[in-house]
Amino acid sequence: MNILNLFVIIPLAMLLALWASRNLRQIRAVMVVGSSLLLALSAYLTIDFITQRSGGNTAAMLYCDSWSWYAPLNICYSIGVDGISVAMLLLSSVIVFTGTFASWRLKPLTKEFFLWYTLLATGVYGFFISTDLFAMFMFYETALIPMYLLIGVWGSGRKEYSAMKLTLMLMGGSAFLLMGILGIYFGSGATTMNINEIAALDNIAREVQYIFFPLTFIGFGVLGALFPFHTWSPDGHACAPTAVSMLHAGVLMKLGGYGCFRIAMYLLPQAAHDLAWIFIILTTVSVVYGALSAISQTDLKYINAYSSVSHCGLVLFALLMTTRTACTGAILQMLSHGLMTALFFAIIGMIYGRTHTRDVRQMRGLMKIMPFLAVGYVIAGLANLGLPGFSGFVAEMTIFVGAFEANDLFHRTVTIIACTSIVITAVYILRVVGRILYGEPTNEEHKLLSDATWDERFTVICLVICVAAIGIAPMWVSNLIEGGVANIINNIQP
Amino acid sequence: MEFTILILALPLLSFLVLALAGKYMPHKVAGAAGTASLAVVALLSYTAAALYFGAGRGADGTFATLMPCNISWLPLGTLNIDMGILLDPISVMMLIVISTVSLMVHIYSLGYMKGEKGFQRYYAFLSLFTFSMLGLVVATNIFQMYIFWELVGVSSYLLIGFYYTKPAAIAASKKAFIVTRFADLFFLIGILIYGYYTQTFTFTPTETALAGAATLLPLALGLMFVGGAGKSAMFPLHIWLPDAMEGPTPVSALIHAATMVVAGVYLVARMFPLFITYAPEVLHIVAYVGAFTALYAAVVACVQTDIKRVLAFSTISQIAFMMVALGVCTSANPNEGGLGYMASMFHLFTHAMFKGLLFLGAGAIIHAVHSNEKIHMGGLRRYMPITHITFLIACLAIAGIPPFSGFFSKDEILVACYHFSRPMGLFMSFVAALTAFYMFRLYYLIFWGKSYYEEQLALYNAGKCSKAPHKPHEAPATMTAPLIILAVISCVAGFIPFGHFVSSNGTEYSIHINKAVATTSVVFALIAIFIATIMYKGGYSRLTRGINRNLRGLMGAAYNRFYIDDIWIFVTKKIIFNCISKPIAWFDKKIIDGSLDKLASGTQRLASLIRPLQSGNVQSYSVWFLSGAIILILILIYFA
Repeated sequence: MNILNLFVIIPLAMLLALWASRNLRQIRAVMVVGSSLLLALSAYLTIDFITQRSGGNTAAMLYCDSWSWYAPLNICYSIGVDGISVAMLLLSSVIVFTGTFASWRLKPLTKEFFLWYTLLATGVYGFFISTDLFAMFMFYETALIPMYLLIGVWGSGRKEYSAMKLTLMLMGGSAFLLMGILGIYFGSGATTMNINEIAALDNIAREVQYIFFPLTFIGFGVLGALFPFHTWSPDGHACAPTAVSMLHAGVLMKLGGYGCFRIAMYLLPQAAHDLAWIFIILTTVSVVYGALSAISQTDLKYINAYSSVSHCGLVLFALLMTTRTACTGAILQMLSHGLMTALFFAIIGMIYGRTHTRDVRQMRGLMKIMPFLAVGYVIAGLANLGLPGFSGFVAEMTIFVGAFEANDLFHRTVTIIACTSIVITAVYILRVVGRILYGEPTNEEHKLLSDATWDERFTVICLVICVAAIGIAPMWVSNLIEGGVANIINNIQP
Repeated sequence: MEFTILILALPLLSFLVLALAGKYMPHKVAGAAGTASLAVVALLSYTAAALYFGAGRGADGTFATLMPCNISWLPLGTLNIDMGILLDPISVMMLIVISTVSLMVHIYSLGYMKGEKGFQRYYAFLSLFTFSMLGLVVATNIFQMYIFWELVGVSSYLLIGFYYTKPAAIAASKKAFIVTRFADLFFLIGILIYGYYTQTFTFTPTETALAGAATLLPLALGLMFVGGAGKSAMFPLHIWLPDAMEGPTPVSALIHAATMVVAGVYLVARMFPLFITYAPEVLHIVAYVGAFTALYAAVVACVQTDIKRVLAFSTISQIAFMMVALGVCTSANPNEGGLGYMASMFHLFTHAMFKGLLFLGAGAIIHAVHSNEKIHMGGLRRYMPITHITFLIACLAIAGIPPFSGFFSKDEILVACYHFSRPMGLFMSFVAALTAFYMFRLYYLIFWGKSYYEEQLALYNAGKCSKAPHKPHEAPATMTAPLIILAVISCVAGFIPFGHFVSSNGTEYSIHINKAVATTSVVFALIAIFIATIMYKGGYSRLTRGINRNLRGLMGAAYNRFYIDDIWIFVTKKIIFNCISKPIAWFDKKIIDGSLDKLASGTQRLASLIRPLQSGNVQSYSVWFLSGAIILILILIYFA
């Protein structure tokens, strides 16, 4: 059996087991066993993939398989992975695993929460292993819908409003996306839905590409927080429960970048080359604008959400540079941002669970009250502002060096503008660190709060190790994803 | 020379151990662990230096450049970021400087930080800093340097903010990080240009690559200099350094006097072969920026009352001397115009020792009187004899009085300046005299004049003051030992034949004192010291008060650092925060998000507009049905 199928089968089995479980212990057992299995599976897949590659297997995608699903429309359930998808699967597993621990004590309706949570994970895994346009779209939608309930039911603050807004905007994106996918399917002669086959055909007329590239790119771009379609992100993150914020910022937003690269740019290469400049401008705006907005926010989650807009903007920015190094950097940035933001949201959630406020003006001196969480926050902050030794630095530097290879005035200018974000990031991170963690505690009630529990410590430590691992030894990750990137980039050259 | 890896590995190991397990260690163990690892590092550095310089010169008359290890850390397309160790005369010299001062600070802190909360954390950060700084100087390529450059920045941030409950320390640490980060942005862009056009991040691109990059090289080097200016606190990016004095005093000695702040100078020295060949005009900019900074900081230092701030401005001024020395070079040959390079490195070496000593001495004083302000001092020479003598030696060294080390290095700098142009030489001689003046002002106000303690004691005995004053006392041996060692080095370092080890093109250069220049500068310095003696020996004399009154405007402006900080605050707070960030946040909320909300509410309104059509009323349905049918029929008739 193809090992990739397990990525869908395990979550489905988890769903059944959750449905059958009767008490909290059983629910936790199912979640821990399931998410550990998935983590182990991704680790195994990564090692096996690297072994096969170093053994000289140069096929574009490994573990390919296909089953016909609905023959009249050539819809198949086709699967296969390259280095990029392997990296994304690994990321998803880490986040799903740590997210489980971050919602260890979640109440009420624990069972229902984990049901939707696992369904979301199913969608994510399915998306990353699929190579069929329709199957990808289906899994994409599967991942989006649970979000509405997860935020609307278990969220905080204006949760109904945010859940509705998030869902409507992402559904709007899906509508564009569906048009784009149909355009690709019929543009390529309506013979296959398989991505690799469409790319090999390479027969979509340039004019057709001009129409469907923007649709597809925007469709995925909404999820990747592309300016000006990013406003679901601050509200959505702010109201979502911790684990959902982690999964959403950590993995779901990566679906956007991944889709832009794998579908929009890979299948519509000529338009991607010709129209890139429009989106480069938008993403440059995202990068700087998100960072500048973050400076004056007062809610911890808003700060982080705008920071995500900036960092995810950098992902799309790098992809559009269409140089190998920049795109490798983009994938690295997806990994790095996924882990860092998950870490950030986890810690913010833990702080919020204690202080019941996320307003930076109402907290002070947390370093004295909850040293573990405070140190975790500082580490997350330093990783976020691109300190060497953490993943953010590696990703950003790869992007900037790669973007500099695109040698003309326009690309140079936007690269330099995007570079300024490293300073602005430092400003908003250190501002918050200085304000809420340092100083003497002023709020009497806060002085009685306790530090992290074991499950929270475990979540934080796991994520910090991952962030540092990429930061200290980046070569194996960049080797892993390089092949996949090269394959797509070679298609884009004019 | 593979053992040099240990020089990096040990501090890193000690950082990891202290950071992860420090909490469970008693203070003594943590301090001993940190200090012991540093002692080994220092020994290894001295061994490395002995072996390196002992190996002698190659056939071309220079010391060989060694690379005991170099691994490819991150492949970036055609470029590569490597990590490794590069040994050449200046990096070996820096190893000695850093490990020596760092070891002294480690020992000193055992006494200075005794009983502080967070003692283990302090030693962990010191180890982290030492690791990063050593990694910076042995970098084999510009990108590795940038990586460690960022790491020293963050260690500095963590150490300045060590007393994290103190608002001033929090603000200072943030300011230091952000200002240097701002400068690093230019550094990064410089590296990107450099890397792209020379096709390598190493310091020695091929000739053909250089020829191709010649037009953009000055820009790249200029941008790198901006990065260096940020770290080395050149005007107008100097604003973070005086505030950084909020950190513990030994940290100021190590990071903000001896090592990290000279990283900018080291960067320019590292890129010197390229500067001198491809961008001599940028080098001149370096010289002018340095000269202005030297004067500015010296003037400001003359009126500060916080002793650490005086030393901070003095550091800025002295680093500017090193920058000027590099900037006035006109050729790569030390005999023809490259003297400044050697002088700069020499001054870096001697300055690290005597400035480290000054700061550690200041720490001992602050430890004794529990204040940074000069008014709480005075007459301390009777209470702290060792601190007094060592401080005096350092003052004489920085003032450039023979035979102390500062005289020799400063003399070489001035010779290089006169070589460049006479006005430059005179200008720098004047600044050197100012140095002597403000240092002796500081010295007299601390150690001479009326004793604050005695005054308070008299008041207390007379019953006019309820609290008995704290009697100043000499520091413990862990603190005085480093003072004595550094004082000895400051006395003898001038006689090191520095030109034998380091020179601009690597060949041997024998230092000779230029009599005319030396005489002028010593006379200048003596006059300055004489004036300081008259003005400050007995505390603020009537003459001093008179001068102060007449120069009130200038003094006030200088005391407020000529309002440069206020301008920065205005730009960051008022313009960036209030005029850019807030409007953007508003725009995002009201315009972009607002229009989406409008779209949603518009859809709802439209829906409620057509909702009455579905009334469930059969009569109205039939009316609609009939009218629709009639319209259709009419249309059909019309078109048919």
